[in-house]
Amino acid sequence: MAGALPELEAVAWRRRADERSLRLRERLSALFMALYVTPLLVVAVALILIEPLLAPVALVGLFLARVIPELFANRGAGVVRLSRRRDGQPERVAQGLLGDLLGHDARDLQRRTGLALERGRMGVWLIGDAGALLVRPGGRRVHAFCVRVADGDLPRSDRIAHLLLALRADEQGFATVANHAFTGAAWRMRRRIPCVRKPALDAAVGAARE
Amino acid sequence: MSRLLRMDASGHTELAAWSAGDPASHERAASIFEEQLGGGYMGVAKLHDESFEQVKQLPVDVEYVLLRRPIVGG
Repeated sequence: MAGALPELEAVAWRRRADERSLRLRERLSALFMALYVTPLLVVAVALILIEPLLAPVALVGLFLARVIPELFANRGAGVVRLSRRRDGQPERVAQGLLGDLLGHDARDLQRRTGLALERGRMGVWLIGDAGALLVRPGGRRVHAFCVRVADGDLPRSDRIAHLLLALRADEQGFATVANHAFTGAAWRMRRRIPCVRKPALDAAVGAARE
Repeated sequence: MSRLLRMDASGHTELAAWSAGDPASHERAASIFEEQLGGGYMGVAKLHDESFEQVKQLPVDVEYVLLRRPIVGG
């Protein structure tokens, strides 16, 4: 396919990501979450109905029903965790190039939050230096992808620029090369990401609703 | 004037510049481009319509070509 990412050769066994595959992941994720959580809720209610003195055990079940989805969301949020890299002169140079690649609003958002907002056909992307979030049209669901440039010496903004360029060149290829880490509700993801990233997610959700 | 830029540890480095009306400058830039591809870099061209395209040969009439490293799933 002309214009396809060369990196796809390294993951030739993967089916090219598209709307259908993203929807399938969303449905499977919702199904598995229901399978994990529903039995815990049913058991908790049943225990209280059978013997009210078992309420503490029921509370443990309710606690697990709440924690399990959060653990999955936390895994997804890890793709945009804050890095501890120090910024020096190369980062300032790279920031200039990344700023040229982004529009005015996206540039300002990236400098405040560390995430570059990019509208695509699959939804609105937020690109970090070691991963990406995809807010689907409507703004209700988010996919988290673990993806990075294979060069640890690059300044942070160059790492974002690498991912941004790959995304712009071939969005479906980008989503195929990246490892899918999570899909779930945007509000749940928002709770798990670092505070400094939240305005970027809010902006992406807003853009996905337009 | 089109430019060939490499994203590297220094931020980025301009490796060559060429113009559509100067075949010799394009030839020199293309030679550097090929050399960089051999070193594991990949080319992404910014076209005049503001879109980006993965390229394996140095285009003549583009705004700039960026050399990037491969990406991998984390």
